[in-house]
Amino acid sequence: MEAGLLEPSMYTVKGVLILDNDGERILSKYYDDTYPTVKEQKEFEKNLFNKTSRVNAEIVMFEGLTCVYRSNIDLYFYVIGSSSENELILVSVLNAFYDTVSQILRKSVEKKMLMDNLDVMMLAMDELVDGGVILDAEAASIIHKVAAKNDDVPLSERSVANVLQSAKDQLKWSLLK
Amino acid sequence: MVSSDSVMVQYHGLGLLYHIKKQDRLAISKLLNKFTKSQMKSPYAMCMMIRIAAKYLDEEDEGTSSAYYDFLENCLRHKSEMVIYEAARALVNLKNVESRDLCPAIAVLQLFLSSPRPTLRFAAVRTLNKVAMSQPASVASCNLDLENLITDVNRSIATLAITTLLKTGSESSIDRLMKQISSFMSEISDEFKIVVVDAIKSLCMKFPRKHLVMMTFLSSMLRDDGGFEYKKAIVNTIIDIVEENSDAKESGLSHLCEFIEDCEHTVLATRILHLLGREGPRSQKPAKYIRFIYNRVILENAAVRAAAVTTLAKFGAHCEALTPSILVLLSRCLLDTDDEVRDRATFYVNVLKEKDKALSSAYILNGLQVSVVGLERALNAYVKEAPDAPFDIKTVPLATASMQEQMAKPGKPSVGKSEAPTSQPTVATSRQEVYAEQLAAIPEFASLGPLFKSSTKPLELTESETEYVVHCVKHVFARHIVFQYDCTNTLNDQVLEDVTVDMEVSEGEYEILKTIACPSLPYNTPGTTYALVKIPDDQTEVTGTFSNTMKFIVKDCDPNTGEADEEGYNDEYVLEDVEVVVADHVQKVLKTNFAASWEEIGDSHEMKDTYALSQMKSLEEAVKQIIEYMGMQSCERSDRVPSDKKSHVLLLAGCYRGGHDVLVQTKLAFSDGVTMQITVRSSEANVSEVVLSAVG
Repeated sequence: MEAGLLEPSMYTVKGVLILDNDGERILSKYYDDTYPTVKEQKEFEKNLFNKTSRVNAEIVMFEGLTCVYRSNIDLYFYVIGSSSENELILVSVLNAFYDTVSQILRKSVEKKMLMDNLDVMMLAMDELVDGGVILDAEAASIIHKVAAKNDDVPLSERSVANVLQSAKDQLKWSLLK
Repeated sequence: MVSSDSVMVQYHGLGLLYHIKKQDRLAISKLLNKFTKSQMKSPYAMCMMIRIAAKYLDEEDEGTSSAYYDFLENCLRHKSEMVIYEAARALVNLKNVESRDLCPAIAVLQLFLSSPRPTLRFAAVRTLNKVAMSQPASVASCNLDLENLITDVNRSIATLAITTLLKTGSESSIDRLMKQISSFMSEISDEFKIVVVDAIKSLCMKFPRKHLVMMTFLSSMLRDDGGFEYKKAIVNTIIDIVEENSDAKESGLSHLCEFIEDCEHTVLATRILHLLGREGPRSQKPAKYIRFIYNRVILENAAVRAAAVTTLAKFGAHCEALTPSILVLLSRCLLDTDDEVRDRATFYVNVLKEKDKALSSAYILNGLQVSVVGLERALNAYVKEAPDAPFDIKTVPLATASMQEQMAKPGKPSVGKSEAPTSQPTVATSRQEVYAEQLAAIPEFASLGPLFKSSTKPLELTESETEYVVHCVKHVFARHIVFQYDCTNTLNDQVLEDVTVDMEVSEGEYEILKTIACPSLPYNTPGTTYALVKIPDDQTEVTGTFSNTMKFIVKDCDPNTGEADEEGYNDEYVLEDVEVVVADHVQKVLKTNFAASWEEIGDSHEMKDTYALSQMKSLEEAVKQIIEYMGMQSCERSDRVPSDKKSHVLLLAGCYRGGHDVLVQTKLAFSDGVTMQITVRSSEANVSEVVLSAVG
């Protein structure tokens, strides 16, 4: 909080991360050049993880940044903003992100499930924040947008079953012929 | 777009609209008018509006009467916490907000403090912490809630709560707070501990009477494990407290003594030993420190041993009763394995054996007062010339406290005649060194001898926005004064040539010897011209006033190319007067042991006088004015006046032009106006007279 008043700006979020329970990165996106290289980013993620993994305190001031976080079983979700940012906005982004992930994965927020649906996660992340500007903070509408784009690509397990089913059917028909 | 139904579209629309209009104040004001009336649905858009409104309010200085201020206050009752917090934060951060107006915002933040969500608590306590820095009284109402947060699982919240409490706490709650802090100190990391130490330090300054609790607390912290940075912060805090608060001195020193018994950091140990040497001898029972110091001589590494030897010598020089025992201890160090320790011990033993108060005070207590860079240069010059006469240390410029502060800033490079020497390394050279180098490079001034003193602040001889801007710096030599005029031409269609400043003596017996012109002064490039003045032979006539006129040839030039016309005409520009006062002839010198120096200089040239300063409102003001007039260094922290006292003694020390020591003792009493009895002692009768006249 160096400057008294904030310059009104839309660029709220500096980064969104998902780490696993060893502090390794699963998904991460940085929206400004606080950590320009992958090496610095990884270093930052490691330190952040060490600081946050033991106590679930939801918010921490870290290296002059405000980081809000949430964890579930083996996943850690982070949203990072500048130290002068309204912490509640950051938390609302974090919650929207978590809810989106949780709904897409049908409440089983685990590393394995997340890895299976990594492409949808990436789309969801892009729908959440774009270049640091909050695009959408409603889980439902993010899912809607992600789903709309994914109509032709069946991804969930049921759609995999559908594909198998239709393949079986086609096979049957070809055998019958 | 902003009126759109979709929440996010509204937010993005507002953001874009603001970005487009942000250069245009009128448009912003219209934008605010329009949307403050109609509540927006998106909480993000509301936050954005709050920021825009707060920024506008801050820049326009409209105060609390403005409609936008009401808008901010209304937002405190919004249904979204995000908006409430943003509004509260905007309100407390406004530039000219009064504590009364803070109340609603603080009430809201107070509610947040007891929220179950850590983020809300964190946000609130962080904002309150910031308010506490400027207006601790307004936050005091939250103290109870803050105290509950001390045990918060989130350590960031707990630490912020503690530091806020320390800022707002009243004297009575300190004991309790300290107890609570010590219960959780072991759990937090070093960086947070340093934050806590800093908070305690400011608390000590605020409540000097509570030093006992804090000292015990700090010393228990010293005993705990911790890194160098952490220990350094604690030691610095204790040292500051000891220096500020004379009551805390005894306990502080004994805590520090205990600390050095088991201190692995050489830097800290030497610092503490130095402090002991300065403060210890003046305490009630100096003997009790000797054991701690001598233990260092037996147990520590060479650097600490050397520092301990110096400290012992200071005790020996200061307390006559202890001198024989100190001599015994020092003579044991004569066979030390380290050169430096041996040298110091030998030197001190011999000085102390002389039993000459003046000698020991000069060589043990006061140390070397000259600037190191100056000494190096003077010695170099001496070795080159290799004259028969012994080296005179009085010709070396003195190092003063004020100069050491300037050390950090590199000298201002000035263009013109003196350009050549500015290529010198600026590291560790004070401003005076830079001036000395510049002046030495000018052949006309080479014969003047070493520079005695340069005035610290350039004097403005013009208004800052006139056509030509001129600053003056006075350089005082043994028998002459050089006036350095730094001129800047702010007209881009003129080039000035052959610039001189014509001086006329309007008061005093001065004689103007020479002026050195600045050949050319193009637009916005500073140039320098000098004037050399001889100080009157009569020692008592030192003050004077000079009227100045800048004379030059103006040549018009093309502002774009800078090419000047062939033809020019003479012109002149009247500058403000320059005064030479007594303070210009006096250099500040710090005497660590004023009483000894006072005795040493003797009363052979003592002068006394009493003045009534009726226009002074307080003792502080009088002390400040006297120091300014005298241009001398206050000793033994006598420049600080205890707030509730009616009388005060100010001790000043300085060195007069030519190297004569001057000491001044001023007794001040306050009733309506300030009455002052001033006593001046110096090694020269004339000097005493001149210095005494400075106040008159």
